[in-house]
Amino acid sequence: MAVAETMPSLMIDGVPLKARLARAERSRKLKAVGLVLPLFAFVVLTFLYPLFVLAHKSIINEETLGRLDRTNEALANWDGVSLPDEAAFAALAADLKQAQEKREAGEIAKRINSEFSGAMSRFKGIARKVHAMESGPYKEVFLEADKIWSDVALWRVIKSVSNHYTPYYWLAAVDLKQGPEGLERMPPDQAVFIDVYGRTFWIAGLVTFFTLILGFPVAYLLATQPARRANILMIFVMLPFWTSLLVRTTAWFVLLRTEGPLNDLAELIVNNRFDMIFTRFGTLVAMTHIQLPFTLLPIYSVMKTIPPSHVRAARSLGAGPFHAFWKVYFPQTVPGIAAGCLLTFILCLGYYITPALVGGPRDQMVSYYVAYYMNNIINFGQASALGIMLLIITMVLYWAYNRLVGIDKMKLG
Amino acid sequence: MKNILSLTVSGLAAAVAFGTVDVPRASAAEQLTIVSWGGAYQESQRKAYYEPYMKEKGVKIVEEEYDGELGKVKAMKEAGNVTWDVLDVDMAHALAGCDEGLLEKLDYSKIAPMDKFLPGTAVECAVGSIAYSTIFAYDANVYKENPPTTLMDFFDTTKYPGKRALLKKPFGNLEWALVADGVAGDEVYEVLSTPEGVDRAFKKLDSIKKDLVWWEAGAQAPELLANGEVVMTSAWNGRIGNAIKEGKNFVIVWDYQEFDWDLWSIPAGTKNLDQAYDFIKFASDPKNMSQQSKYIAYAPTHVDAIALVDPAIAPTLPTYPDNMKTAITTDWTFWADNNEELTKRFNAWLAQ
Repeated sequence: MAVAETMPSLMIDGVPLKARLARAERSRKLKAVGLVLPLFAFVVLTFLYPLFVLAHKSIINEETLGRLDRTNEALANWDGVSLPDEAAFAALAADLKQAQEKREAGEIAKRINSEFSGAMSRFKGIARKVHAMESGPYKEVFLEADKIWSDVALWRVIKSVSNHYTPYYWLAAVDLKQGPEGLERMPPDQAVFIDVYGRTFWIAGLVTFFTLILGFPVAYLLATQPARRANILMIFVMLPFWTSLLVRTTAWFVLLRTEGPLNDLAELIVNNRFDMIFTRFGTLVAMTHIQLPFTLLPIYSVMKTIPPSHVRAARSLGAGPFHAFWKVYFPQTVPGIAAGCLLTFILCLGYYITPALVGGPRDQMVSYYVAYYMNNIINFGQASALGIMLLIITMVLYWAYNRLVGIDKMKLG
Repeated sequence: MKNILSLTVSGLAAAVAFGTVDVPRASAAEQLTIVSWGGAYQESQRKAYYEPYMKEKGVKIVEEEYDGELGKVKAMKEAGNVTWDVLDVDMAHALAGCDEGLLEKLDYSKIAPMDKFLPGTAVECAVGSIAYSTIFAYDANVYKENPPTTLMDFFDTTKYPGKRALLKKPFGNLEWALVADGVAGDEVYEVLSTPEGVDRAFKKLDSIKKDLVWWEAGAQAPELLANGEVVMTSAWNGRIGNAIKEGKNFVIVWDYQEFDWDLWSIPAGTKNLDQAYDFIKFASDPKNMSQQSKYIAYAPTHVDAIALVDPAIAPTLPTYPDNMKTAITTDWTFWADNNEELTKRFNAWLAQ
């Protein structure tokens, strides 16, 4: 009997029950994975992979990669204080010769120019010059061509960009740079980005606040009206929601203009015209309008699930109208508020077109600078660093929000 | 919360997907994508080149607009799918694009002899099409008596109150600021090459900063002026010229006009290289080139085309001797060297 007890229980076909169960379980798991896999693959392919590429771009010296290897080697043991010797000049000359032949000197020059303004023309000039030379010595030729070549700071930049990786873009994204003695602040006239990040979060926060103040009463109205009336009112909320963002932004552009209808009205009433377009005010108004449904709808759908009997019960037990609302009704709406506000806040962080059209130069957010570095300056590294930085700060804020509010309390309906 | 997360994540993923995945193009060769600066300028090109070319060669021209975003060419090149075939660039972009390998090196044997173009307009990666200039213009309905006549007046907000607009780049504005501050036109870049000179330029801009509005696309300048948003604006002269033709009461001030070229170029990696050359050859033909001045007040760059331009419109062109008296010629090397740093400083200044 003792033997039989340790034997696994067998089914009629002789297969242990445990194995059959495991098999059944496995096929269910496979099905589940199979159903999730397409979305997972989609997210990996279209979201995580591009993110990875961007992150990589923000730390790599793409323009000089493999093109300044000789220089890198020659400068390996350089002290960083005195002017490099002939060997380093010769190595740079050899690298530039090769680059000139392959038509890559411009890209190298541009990369170095990002960190050392004025290097562009000197690099292109010297690349042409050394390309025509058979052999050295090169140091004299460089020094004769331009005094920039005796600047040790330029050589530090050359050494740094000849490495595989660079901290430059990340440091620049927080207004820092590498100096001869460790990290330094960017000079004030070059320090833009901390201000831009601050502004981005401030605007997103304000818009979230305004949508909540405006949206909450409307959501309450919608949730408490009889269905027929609520449906009609709902259309007023949904119609703008279904309209393209660009159309709504353009509409605000027209409305807010100095010669626009709002100012015509102001002229009639108070005999004055106000600056509304290209201002922070205009940006906030337009963004609040666009984001309102995003905050309102989660609150509304949570309110719909709150039985009216709760408040009635509170009233019948002696609570005043405000007390009943505040102590019984409002706490139940918090999950909707949390969800709506988070949605609006995160969407606001990425706003580009609305501030660009309606805002002034002080209202441009991080996305504007990402686009600017991408399109106009053609500095993909800086654009990537700015974008990834925004993502990281957002994730940190999300984590803090989670600790504060608790994500599991949140509801979309 | 899982709902929100997956909603946001999939939304973002979709945005990324739609942003980067390009709709496959019908087929090469029978269509040509030409990218230019929009508005009245692109319309003049449409009438002078695109429509006649389509009619003559049976090739469909697809038009796109940009505001000098060469970064898009780089992105397309990196993605291995360059969908632009011909690109209208100004000189700064022609040189930068060439340096960074974003534009094809031109084979002039496929276009026209290089020496047929005005000196300096046939460069390695782009061939000149027109001369244009950045001027400032005002609304004559606002200044009926004693209107602005010099660049100093643009910077004089006491004598000429009201908002004014400038291009949202340091390029061109710093030069004007120095001139308005008393620097001679031909010494501008010498001064601007020193840190004190840059400070001086920004200080001058600072003096009118609260009255400044910024434009980014060429068509915005006449629009801002037309809808009364500003009383004066810098603009590309042809845009104002066409607004005047349409009945607007604008006046151009040519004092210290900033002279520049627009050129045809071919993005590196285009799939329609031969067709692109064919179009540029067509557009560089003196007879065709002389047509564009009919539709916008820009002057041709091919020496034989200049003779074909109607003398009646000559005074509206930037090349007209009276208009050229104080013209500033842009120093391209200076801007190639300093654009990135000055742009950053400009942005920091804007945000103050």
